[in-house]
Amino acid sequence: MGAPRAEGHEQMTDFLKPHRIVMIAIAVALVLACIFLLNWSWLENPKYQTLILQGIWRTIWITIVTMVIGMLLAIPIGLAQAAGPWYLAVPARVFCTVIRGTPLLMQLWLLYYGLGSLFPSIPWIRESDLWPLLRQAWPYAVVALSLSVAGYEGEVMRGAFKGVPHGQLEAARAMGMPRFTALRRIWLPQAIHRVLPTIGGETVLQLKATPLVSTITVMEIYAVVGRIRQDTFIIYEPLLFLAAVYMCLTGLIVLLYRWFEGRMPKRVA
Amino acid sequence: MMPLAAMAASPFELLALSPPGWGGTLLLGLANTMVIAVGAYALGLAIGIMGAFGKLYGGPITRDLLAVYTTIVRAVPELVLILILFYAVPGLINEILIGLGHERIVLPPLITGIAVLGVVQGAYSTEVLRGAIQAVPHGQIEAARAMGMTPMLTARRITLPLMTSNAIPGLANLWLNATKDTALLAVIGFSELTKATYQAAATTKAFFTFYLAAMALYLAISLLSTVLFGRIEKWARRGQRVMSR
Repeated sequence: MGAPRAEGHEQMTDFLKPHRIVMIAIAVALVLACIFLLNWSWLENPKYQTLILQGIWRTIWITIVTMVIGMLLAIPIGLAQAAGPWYLAVPARVFCTVIRGTPLLMQLWLLYYGLGSLFPSIPWIRESDLWPLLRQAWPYAVVALSLSVAGYEGEVMRGAFKGVPHGQLEAARAMGMPRFTALRRIWLPQAIHRVLPTIGGETVLQLKATPLVSTITVMEIYAVVGRIRQDTFIIYEPLLFLAAVYMCLTGLIVLLYRWFEGRMPKRVA
Repeated sequence: MMPLAAMAASPFELLALSPPGWGGTLLLGLANTMVIAVGAYALGLAIGIMGAFGKLYGGPITRDLLAVYTTIVRAVPELVLILILFYAVPGLINEILIGLGHERIVLPPLITGIAVLGVVQGAYSTEVLRGAIQAVPHGQIEAARAMGMTPMLTARRITLPLMTSNAIPGLANLWLNATKDTALLAVIGFSELTKATYQAAATTKAFFTFYLAAMALYLAISLLSTVLFGRIEKWARRGQRVMSR
């Protein structure tokens, strides 16, 4: 990132060894062969173009929203396990175990098909203002994916809370800080600082979990490509396109995260 | 509509093992899930061991190809990879067979499922094992070389036994992922536990009964595995000094 120029140049020649140049040439040839020999005419269809853009946007949006909600839920879950009384610690522990021990697809279907079939039979839910929302698929997708993040990250947050040196909390108490202020000013910031390096990887994992929501009819990019494949009877090309989209999104997350990491203060207590 | 159907039969009747109940179907699905998970995990480990040694001691081209493999597999969702490999691998095999003048074959879904998940698992095992091998103290390997051991003998007698204890936590995680990833095969129509549950629930409309039962089965696998891997780690760490924190 902020490396001096000479070093960057050296890295470049280090990267471009003779065998790499040959491999890159082969890769470029493969990509060009894919572009020119395969059937990409469906990409020119304006109907599919809008669907694809909408799908990509939905994938990004679901990833970000569920990551944020999940992390916010993970903080109390981690805290309950690290320092809570048993009646909070045990449920938090059970929640994390269940979420981490069962497939996400199962959790998603339990919420969508299970709750989705229960709600219509309860009159006051049908008459409530929330009903138009509950009839759609995406709220279930967001809830299931957020709970999944909360379960995995709750465990991580537990470790992070426990990892903050005890002296810091003792110092806060010695300064006469109320417990909540100590949590807000000392414990939580340091715990979050410990978790930050893992968030980039977790976001990539979350992105990779989003295609599951296509099974409950949310039209994100995976579902859109599935529909194009059904409509056009083209098997491989849309799948290659889909893989390329996910690789670009992953690359984007990694790059954004690196930029963000460079701006973070490195000081750790 | 669901409560009516659910009330018509109690959860115990629905989960009965013989045909009016769906318990048998669920257990058959569980057996399929376990077979795929074990197969994919074993294949993944085999790929992982070769991949890790290739990444650490291979030539420049091997290393770069392995880097491409692990990067792509870890950047693309498993579901997409499964779909691509599910269509591409049998297609490729048939092209080759037809090119050689053989008949077209239909691969059994079980084999395809294992192969596909194994390739995905392989990328993750490569990384776990590479880290574990790198954590083996270099002096041990140098000592083995100084004793005149061949690279194969060094790997078998020194590196693999020493790295096992480092690798176990990562490998335990991968095993849990393998059992959970089998659920993805439900999307391409393979009848493992998730698909069996879906069918049972959709037929009887007793969604909660079947989904909760299946989740209990998955949870049981995961809890049992955690205990088992804890034992294995203890065994692999025998003779090592306990690290005090």
